[in-house]
Amino acid sequence: MSTASNQEARSRGKAPAGERVADWADGRLGIYSLAKANMRKIFPDHWSFMLGEVCLYSFIIIILTGVYLTLFFHPSMNEVEYHGSYVPLQGQLMSEAFSSTLHISFDVRGGLLVRQIHHWAALIFLAGMFVHMMRVFFTGAFRKPREINWLFGFLLFVLGMFTGFTGYSLPDDLLSGTGVRFMEGAILSVPIVGTYLSFFLFGGEFPGHDFVARFYSVHILLLPGIMLGLVVGHLILVFYHKHTQFAGPGKTEKNVVGMPLLPVYMAKAGGFFFLVFGVIAAIAAVAQINPIWAIGPYRADQVSTGAQPDWYMGFAEGLIRFMPGWEINLWGHTLVLGVFIPLVAFPLVLAAIAVYPFIESWITGDKSEHHILDRPRNAPTRTAFGVAWITIYMITLVGGGNDLWATHLHLSINAVTWFVRIFFFAGPVIAFLVTKRICLGLQRRDREKVLHGRETGIIKRLPHGEFIEVHEPLSQEQLHTLTAHHQYEPAEVGPTVDENGVERKVKGSEKLRAKLSDAYYGEDAQIPKPTVEEYKEITSGHGHH
Amino acid sequence: MSSQDIPEENLPAEHAGQPGAVSVADEKDPFADPGLPPHEHRIQDIDEQAAKRSERTVALLFTLSMLATVGFIAAFVAIPHDRSIFVFPIGHVSALNFALGLTLGAALFCIGAGAVHWARTLMSDAEIADERHPIEASPEVREKVHADFKQGAKESVLGRRKLIRNTMFGALTLVPLSGVVLLRDLGPLPESKLRHTLWKNGTLLVNMNTNEPLRPSDVAVGSLTFAKPEGLEEHDEEFQTEIAKAALMIVRIQPDNIKDRRELEWSHEGIVAYSKICTHVGCPISLYEQQTHHVLCPCHQSTFDLSDGARVIFGPAGHALPQLRIGVSDEGYLQALGDFAEPVGPAFWERG
Amino acid sequence: MKKLSARRRHPLAAVVVLLFALAATGGLYAAFAPAGKAQADETAQSLTIEEGKRLYSVGCASCHGTGGQGSSDGPSLVGVGAAAVDFQVGTGRMPAATSQGAQVPKKKNIYTQAEIDQLAAYIASLGAGPEVPTKAQYGPEGADIAKGGDLFRTNCAQCHNFTGKGGALTKGKFAPNLEGVDPKHIYEAMQTGPQNMPSFPDTTLSEKNKKDIIAYLDAVNSSDTENPGGLSLGGLGPVSEGLFAWIFGLGALVAVAVWVAARTAKAKRS
Repeated sequence: MSTASNQEARSRGKAPAGERVADWADGRLGIYSLAKANMRKIFPDHWSFMLGEVCLYSFIIIILTGVYLTLFFHPSMNEVEYHGSYVPLQGQLMSEAFSSTLHISFDVRGGLLVRQIHHWAALIFLAGMFVHMMRVFFTGAFRKPREINWLFGFLLFVLGMFTGFTGYSLPDDLLSGTGVRFMEGAILSVPIVGTYLSFFLFGGEFPGHDFVARFYSVHILLLPGIMLGLVVGHLILVFYHKHTQFAGPGKTEKNVVGMPLLPVYMAKAGGFFFLVFGVIAAIAAVAQINPIWAIGPYRADQVSTGAQPDWYMGFAEGLIRFMPGWEINLWGHTLVLGVFIPLVAFPLVLAAIAVYPFIESWITGDKSEHHILDRPRNAPTRTAFGVAWITIYMITLVGGGNDLWATHLHLSINAVTWFVRIFFFAGPVIAFLVTKRICLGLQRRDREKVLHGRETGIIKRLPHGEFIEVHEPLSQEQLHTLTAHHQYEPAEVGPTVDENGVERKVKGSEKLRAKLSDAYYGEDAQIPKPTVEEYKEITSGHGHH
Repeated sequence: MSSQDIPEENLPAEHAGQPGAVSVADEKDPFADPGLPPHEHRIQDIDEQAAKRSERTVALLFTLSMLATVGFIAAFVAIPHDRSIFVFPIGHVSALNFALGLTLGAALFCIGAGAVHWARTLMSDAEIADERHPIEASPEVREKVHADFKQGAKESVLGRRKLIRNTMFGALTLVPLSGVVLLRDLGPLPESKLRHTLWKNGTLLVNMNTNEPLRPSDVAVGSLTFAKPEGLEEHDEEFQTEIAKAALMIVRIQPDNIKDRRELEWSHEGIVAYSKICTHVGCPISLYEQQTHHVLCPCHQSTFDLSDGARVIFGPAGHALPQLRIGVSDEGYLQALGDFAEPVGPAFWERG
Repeated sequence: MKKLSARRRHPLAAVVVLLFALAATGGLYAAFAPAGKAQADETAQSLTIEEGKRLYSVGCASCHGTGGQGSSDGPSLVGVGAAAVDFQVGTGRMPAATSQGAQVPKKKNIYTQAEIDQLAAYIASLGAGPEVPTKAQYGPEGADIAKGGDLFRTNCAQCHNFTGKGGALTKGKFAPNLEGVDPKHIYEAMQTGPQNMPSFPDTTLSEKNKKDIIAYLDAVNSSDTENPGGLSLGGLGPVSEGLFAWIFGLGALVAVAVWVAARTAKAKRS
């Protein structure tokens, strides 16, 4: 750091060029202190830790390809007659948005490829975020100090959904236009202000002449701008908190074990970007996505069966498909519950998973930092809640594609809809109970393994004729790994009488918390870890089997 | 070039058992942490031949990437954009898209694969433990910050000069209103626009397919026809907005089979004209089953019975499809006898 | 109960056996019949109708009544026209195995075209109806594909999907995929409205319109249709695209991630 030595080196002109440039930059940006903390930053290796990278890289790919697409796309709803290379649409009336998308697909060399990369990457981006979020959820990585980053990630997922929606609506094709019409209908259902919102959004009646241009600015500027900010914040926090790790020998709450950023992680993470990009490019080469030429230009009086949104909006589609058609007419006003309830349920379903970390931390009352990840089985209630949530999500996703399930499985569409109606409520309950059972079973198996060792599959005959299976005792590393998890005690309602013998009022929230805590950590909710005494008794008493 | 000296730097197993990682068994943690296991060498760390092989693999991957990029450029230049080829089992695809996508994919993938293979086989794989530091500031820092803040707040005199504080909050609250007001011209007010369509008494029903006015004899029992109001042409500026409300679905049902009295009254010899716009969220609905007279919406599966006043028999729609009252003009064409009696399309608050 | 007994009376197997016998007889007849070239048209016509009536009484009468007047198991065929017969029998939908189930599916046709023509002639003789179209009517010559696309999206796509891949109707009914369907049968279906499909008679969807639609389908939904972007994924839109993105997109990336994060093989235990 000493300026004197730097100057000395410079004057002698012996330092390598790279070093001189770095010195120059350090004098202005202070990069050395930044690098000191980060250049050899440790990242643990686990495939599931790379799911976030899948999202980051597909986001970058989307931005790169998106910028390219803006060079050719005309966000205009002006009516034009098509005279491009695609024969089955010759002479058809369509918006400029649609015809410029056809132009990109058929007349710009590589335009179709970039369009397909952009769209495939968007689907993978959202799928990646979903899986990444579930990884964080099921391993408890959202716990202190990472709650804010959990929310950042959640916001990215929600914003990603809307960026996707505004994006696939831009070509103004018959399928996406139907989706926009659905959105207009949903907005109209909002009590009191619905019609006004709709008129302001569409610049008058649907479809009007404005929405493509407006969606365009939302899609390429507003939402990605916010998302970019959130991504940067998300990454800064990942660096700042240092990555979580699974329990194992040498891994504690006070350290992080893995490979340094320079060189290993840089090569792996940097290389992974190219791998992700390569895979998506290859997919765009072999699989067609959103063939708007086959779909046709939007016309408000035309429609096709199989009208579905992209997958990430599918659960919203499901919510609206299985809802009964309730409508209340009172005092000259209409409350369109059949549409408005799903519209409200849509953010509620998402919020349920978003607020979970805060509920759990309230129940545990745990204020300490957590850097060692839970195995899902060791947090049975959390895991069961997560699986129940996924079940709701998947059931509504099935509902969103009820017509395709009906045709492809030779079922009645009414039966599929009824299935969704019932299992929207029953499914998560069943999933919760079953998952919890499975988790407890796995915990029991871990306990057995610790106490009795690993089943080797070798059958031995004892001198007196008895057959036994040889159990191999676990190593200290394995024993530690299997018992490293923390087990909470159920919280109790504090003393109802204070030190002066005066009875205090027990708040309802306190009782609720005690009840929930018991459900989480009570006798039926976790299998106690084996103690050293139990282990010694068994290993010394029976010898090794 | 540096593959030879990499094993050297990590040959000793000094990373084994990072100190500080070992803990003592206790009640909560019955099996003590034995600490990081000793580092084990990879084949490449001890076998120079293997390391060389790795180096060559990495170099090969990078070279393949270069070749693929050359291929990409060649394909871009050489393949016409309208050339179609048959690729088994994908089918008939654009030759250009296929070639560009695969070469780009290969160029990118090979860079990634090369870098990862390099990292996995030739870079040090010794695990390192890095200390974590608590995120919370030390009590001294905390005290200092609180004190600084109090000092600053006091010096601002904001707490004492209430007038300043209140007017400032007032100003800051009001100023965003300008932004809200600016949004006013995003669109006109709804007024009664959603209540009216182009249909009025005497408007002829024009066949969407032929652009000719319909005669009753054109519409057979069991057939399905779509109609628009006379005078509305596809080239019109407001065609989309108007057709979004005015689109009609025309079917003919044996008058005996019409269960709803008003429906029969508003029909012409069993020819009924219903709005094509679903009352749920506005999809054009027209999956008409001629034997059951049910019509299904392809978007959310609301099902209406066209022989019974188009009432909802399944799905999320809240009310029946509006019917257009029709009759026959003096020239013998089907005509509307007025606008729809209720707003078409999705329900809204003011619909009533 | 009635249906049960009706089915027992004419199990499909017996029908098939009879039809083979008939086909053989017909074939023999055709082989040995005097090839009198200049026979009067009327006689030929009435002979055809006679043949058709025979075929009808074997294969169809049990449901549609001995004179085509219909019964509780099948609708009246008076006035449905030759086109309806050609479609229903030509696509194998008729004779149906049972009148139960959501709808009668397409299956292998068991009649020769000559027999179908005879059946059609007989049904046409019961009452006037649409005739079997000629090649000039449904052939692609002179068709406007783009107009056909517009018409298809207005009249057909709501049930059959953008490019005719088919879709669901209520209670287990469905609109079938139109790929590989004979243009003549598509024409006849529009003309006659089989089962729950509404008809699109010439008065509302002109002959030219129908030709355009058939030409459009030929362009976008045949085995030779170009899908420039690659696999069409069934042409079903976002649902199959989403499944593909999850299974092959994310699946491939997770596989790659497993490789990136996996430990390299160690030398020690070899």
